[in-house]
Amino acid sequence: MSNNPTKRRVLLVDDDSDFLWQQKVQLEAAGFEVSTAVGETEAKERLAECPPDLAVLDVMMDNPDTGFTLCYYIRKHAPKIPIILVTSIVSETGLDFALASESDRAWIRADALLAKPIRFEQLRREIDRLLPHETAATAEAH
Amino acid sequence: MDILRVLVTDDELGMRLGVVRTLRGFTVRVPDVEEVIGFEVEEAENGEAALEIIRRSPPQILFLDHKMPGISGLEVLEATRDLQSEMLTIMITAYASIETAVQATKSGAYDFLAKPFTPDELRNTIRKAATRLALAKQARKLAEEKRQVRFQFIRVLGHELKAPLNAVEGYLRMLQEGQLGEKLSAYTEAVDRSLVRIEGMRKLVADLLDVTHIESGQRQRSLESVDVVQIAGRVLETFAPDAAARKIDIVLNAPGPVRLTADRGEIEMILNNLISNAVKYNRDGGRVDVQLAHQSERVTISVSDTGIGLATEEAARLFGEFVRIRNDKTRNILGSGLGLSIVKKLASLYGGDATVVSEAGAGSTFTVTLNDQPTAASASPARTLPGDSSPRADCENPAVA
Repeated sequence: MSNNPTKRRVLLVDDDSDFLWQQKVQLEAAGFEVSTAVGETEAKERLAECPPDLAVLDVMMDNPDTGFTLCYYIRKHAPKIPIILVTSIVSETGLDFALASESDRAWIRADALLAKPIRFEQLRREIDRLLPHETAATAEAH
Repeated sequence: MDILRVLVTDDELGMRLGVVRTLRGFTVRVPDVEEVIGFEVEEAENGEAALEIIRRSPPQILFLDHKMPGISGLEVLEATRDLQSEMLTIMITAYASIETAVQATKSGAYDFLAKPFTPDELRNTIRKAATRLALAKQARKLAEEKRQVRFQFIRVLGHELKAPLNAVEGYLRMLQEGQLGEKLSAYTEAVDRSLVRIEGMRKLVADLLDVTHIESGQRQRSLESVDVVQIAGRVLETFAPDAAARKIDIVLNAPGPVRLTADRGEIEMILNNLISNAVKYNRDGGRVDVQLAHQSERVTISVSDTGIGLATEEAARLFGEFVRIRNDKTRNILGSGLGLSIVKKLASLYGGDATVVSEAGAGSTFTVTLNDQPTAASASPARTLPGDSSPRADCENPAVA
């Protein structure tokens, strides 16, 4: 990944390589710089190589809770990176959680939660909300 | 220890006290479910009082005198028959007539005890009732566990079916919205990947039907003498193009014909799954060895590859349903996650087993053993649960005092 200071950098983590490809193509077309990882190990490597401005994480990957584990990892090592969790577990397991309640926010530690299947516009809207355009540039300036 | 509530309904105080005394400290051991059962006795001096207690909270066992002032035992029985409870009623009858017995049985009585009875007779009667209750409870527990396993299976299945749909839908939307730009290669990629995911979904549905067939136990198995070497030869042919494209050598080693009494389709399924995996998870230019042997009453099918292999802790869960080892080496390899669970289930139909020995990075050897003479018992996966017999079947004729 080239370090273009004006581009916002997004890290996508998902075990479905088609999902990665689709979101990457669309994010790049929208002017983002995108790196991808298929699991926890790769994600940690990407984070170490080149910290992104925002991370988009799937929940069920190597393990059913990999997304949550990564969430904690990022909060610990790079607390300023906003995190969007993208998951299909809400509809599939009936495991009901959302970021609306204070108690769920306390353990989920993500800034946004999107239910799969997602439309690219949804993801784009959340990224714009969590990462206003100047963030990357100002972060570089500091 | 499980405590059962017993309600004694009799207008004779002596009879009620007798039951209380006999059951004090009495326990029943049910070896089949490893349970020890004790009893807590309540009393009712007439039918009205009994009904009140039963309606509030039904006991597990009801001792019910037939002849009482006020409403009779049969009337109590009649009034409680529609109650949704596990309560077993034992009628106490002084003049045990066939007519009373028939009528009580029709109204749902479980057993009879003829007056006067000895403490041993009482204990035997209650032992029978307690055992029945314990077995029924065990059967309910097993049924519930089975239900939970099915729920879990369906949940994961839903996930596995939705993932390819989401992927294909994603590609189609990108095509529809013209998001792929000017490069033709992006379009080719989107279409190719969609087809790959659809193929994966088709395989999942096919495997799912195999699993259902095997588990239903209703499939007609046709057991005949088959030559495993010949079946393996045909299966190998179907994988030859894939293997050749990746320069993988497949070698079949057998001492000669290996005969087995088996269902041809099942042996094909086992070989198909094992060889398909050995090719899929191999490296380009690798090798697959299929080894067939017949020792005494047992056939061994062994398939080795020179592929990515797996770690010991991964090998332990590999034969479960929907288990796929997910890492960067396997992410582009399609699989339903059901193949090896199918192999294991099939092996168990032959009183055999499926195992794996593997070394990460070097390869794996999958071994399936099959007994040559599948017995009737091992051929049927359906199990009969304890406590399935109807309550009436246990009902004895009333003994005449």
